[in-house]
Amino acid sequence: MQKELISSHATNVFLGKLGDVLIKAIDKPLGYALNWGRLWSLWPVHIETACCSVEFGAASGPRYDVERFGIIEAFGSLRQCDLVVVQGTITRKMAPRLRMVYDQMPDPKYVIAMGACAITGGLYFDSYNVLPGIDGVIPVDVYVPGCPPRPETLIQGCMLLQEKIKRMKVR
Amino acid sequence: MSSETTIDEKSSETVETKPEIAKKEITPVVEPKFEKSLAEKVVSKFGTIVTIGFIKPNRIRINAKKENILDVATFIRDELNFDHAESVTGVDYPKSKEIEVVYHLGSYTEPQLAKQVLTLATRVPREDIPNPGHDSTRMPSLRDVFYSVEFHERECFEMLGVYFDGHPDNRRLLLPEDWADIPPFRKDFGIKGR
Amino acid sequence: MITPLPPGIQLEKVDDRIMTLNVGPQHPGSGHMRLIIKVDGDYIVSCDPDPGYVHRGEEKMAEYRNYIQNIPHLERPVIHDSCNILYPYCLAVEDLLGLEVPERAKYIRVIASELNRCVYTLYWLAIYGIFLGHSTMFMWPVGDREFCIDLLEAMSGARVTHAYFVPGGVRNDLPANFEERCLRQIDYFEKRLKQYEDIFYQNPVLKQRTEGTGVLSRMDAIRLGTTGSVLRSAGVDFDVRKKEPYDVYDNLDFQTQVLKEGDSYARSRVPYLDMLESCRIIKDALKKMPKSGSVRTKLKPNPKGGNDEVYRRVESGRGSLGMYVVSDGKPEPYRVKISVGSFRNLICMPYLLKGEKLGNMPAVYWSLNYWPVEADR
Ligand code: SF4
Repeated sequence: MQKELISSHATNVFLGKLGDVLIKAIDKPLGYALNWGRLWSLWPVHIETACCSVEFGAASGPRYDVERFGIIEAFGSLRQCDLVVVQGTITRKMAPRLRMVYDQMPDPKYVIAMGACAITGGLYFDSYNVLPGIDGVIPVDVYVPGCPPRPETLIQGCMLLQEKIKRMKVR
Repeated sequence: MSSETTIDEKSSETVETKPEIAKKEITPVVEPKFEKSLAEKVVSKFGTIVTIGFIKPNRIRINAKKENILDVATFIRDELNFDHAESVTGVDYPKSKEIEVVYHLGSYTEPQLAKQVLTLATRVPREDIPNPGHDSTRMPSLRDVFYSVEFHERECFEMLGVYFDGHPDNRRLLLPEDWADIPPFRKDFGIKGR
Repeated sequence: MITPLPPGIQLEKVDDRIMTLNVGPQHPGSGHMRLIIKVDGDYIVSCDPDPGYVHRGEEKMAEYRNYIQNIPHLERPVIHDSCNILYPYCLAVEDLLGLEVPERAKYIRVIASELNRCVYTLYWLAIYGIFLGHSTMFMWPVGDREFCIDLLEAMSGARVTHAYFVPGGVRNDLPANFEERCLRQIDYFEKRLKQYEDIFYQNPVLKQRTEGTGVLSRMDAIRLGTTGSVLRSAGVDFDVRKKEPYDVYDNLDFQTQVLKEGDSYARSRVPYLDMLESCRIIKDALKKMPKSGSVRTKLKPNPKGGNDEVYRRVESGRGSLGMYVVSDGKPEPYRVKISVGSFRNLICMPYLLKGEKLGNMPAVYWSLNYWPVEADR
């Protein structure tokens, strides 16, 4: 009897609506919690592309120590990483590899373009083998200018990224 | 910060150096003895096949035809005791339709030769429309004489299109796999906006 | 119908016993390059290095810029050894233009070059340490490196890309009180280096991993044309600073460091001994340096070289570094060739890794003192 009263279609619609309402209700706190978790555990991929990697190494050294801010330089697999710091020049040979690395990473993922080369091609604007910036290859969240950027600049870039994540909508 | 001020103080001292420059121009005219004796050894063996480019302190340049380059290189290795190559450079001369391949040779075994760098140069024909590996821009490889040229010659092949006959593995080294343009170090390869 | 393959591309036969591994360009055990390694079980059968991921066409770019404009981009291949890569370029251009360098500038150049060698070697040592799983050896050198960088920053104004050497001398004079500061720093640095010896070089685990792996004999080191620490660890006494002294190296007091073993341990130890020598050189140079005087010969704007060619070399952190500059009377060089130690040592890689265990690959690969950006230019 009761089965006839409530049709399966109506149940589905009701559940769907209820889900929407519930998600709306917990979206903010849940999103905040998720983002907070992502914020302090940014794992950069170990991909060195050019000379800016020297300053990246210095930034994780004892004097600058980006680990204080939750950027953990770990030599892990890229399937566990959620941050690409593009450390300088992307050449034509490297660009497909960079895209491959980016595609293999799980969502959500963030990109920092470090150095003038990664932003516009920098010093190598007229070289035949260098891409004029990496925007054509992967989407970029934060640009860190400099040639090479000082470690402080990189740290500031990371903090800007964290600021951005804080305000991001959770997908 | 404080050093910036010191530059301006020093700028007035340029006049003093001029006589020294004049002195320096005279010195290379006197050819150093040891280098000359080395060059003469090569010339006495090969006669007109080789020419001497220059003899400077610690630097000798010997030009050879590409047909004889193997013999000349073997002689340099066996009799003069140069045992490794420091670099292989290609220089493009589009006006005379030639590409010059320059070997810089050095020696580790002979203490006397440690500071000498012998430049062995040869010229190969150049074609206006290059087809690397299939045209007349080729010369015998020196890999069997100096083993150390292996990677340098590979680089020279891809950058200038000089094919080295007898090289075991004339593959691409530095350029991307899908490079389809002319070799980039030729003079007619223009770069962006220049 | 089978279409013929374009030249340079071959098909590979697949063997089901042999496995091909791509180490790099994204790999914790490689730098900016790829090693195509074939393994049979745990042993490496063949290794084919595939560099070129940072090939930026420096030599082509140099043909479009004049002698002074070339300075900043020519130091980019090794930014943490930037003084040493500009050194042969400046020497070559000075020969071309007939410039005379003031005496004080020569000493300043030597000090900057030796400090930079320390900066380079410490960074390399840090990477070597962490690749062998020795985290302390990453933190210590990177930390100590900052003090040397501070000195260079005081001299030139930049952290790593100094552009300090120019044809005709150095860009500016030393800052006030530099001698005292430098001496104090060097004293501290020498003390620290002694501690490295205890914690890293006498570490039994490190010794087990590196002693006897990747042995290069003396004859092979000569035949393969290796250079720098690879060559000196194989028992060949060759250092450009001693054999073909440039600037004032002939009246400074130092020794060439040579070891005989030729294995990874010896290769990693020679740069360390070189750093100790560098400290000696800096102290000696500070003592012998003229206390005042000009540091730079002024150039005409847009200087032109004659129809000439020059090949000059210096000893950099990675071995002999040569610059071949051809000029045709224009303000721009006709051709610049950088002959770098990393590229010359590349040939060792297939040779040394063959027959080695896969786990020893990082120990052998990084002991070659190889900086991929420089090799690709
Ligand atoms: S921005 Fe400068 S330091 Fe960074 S990769 Fe480019 S050239 Fe090198």
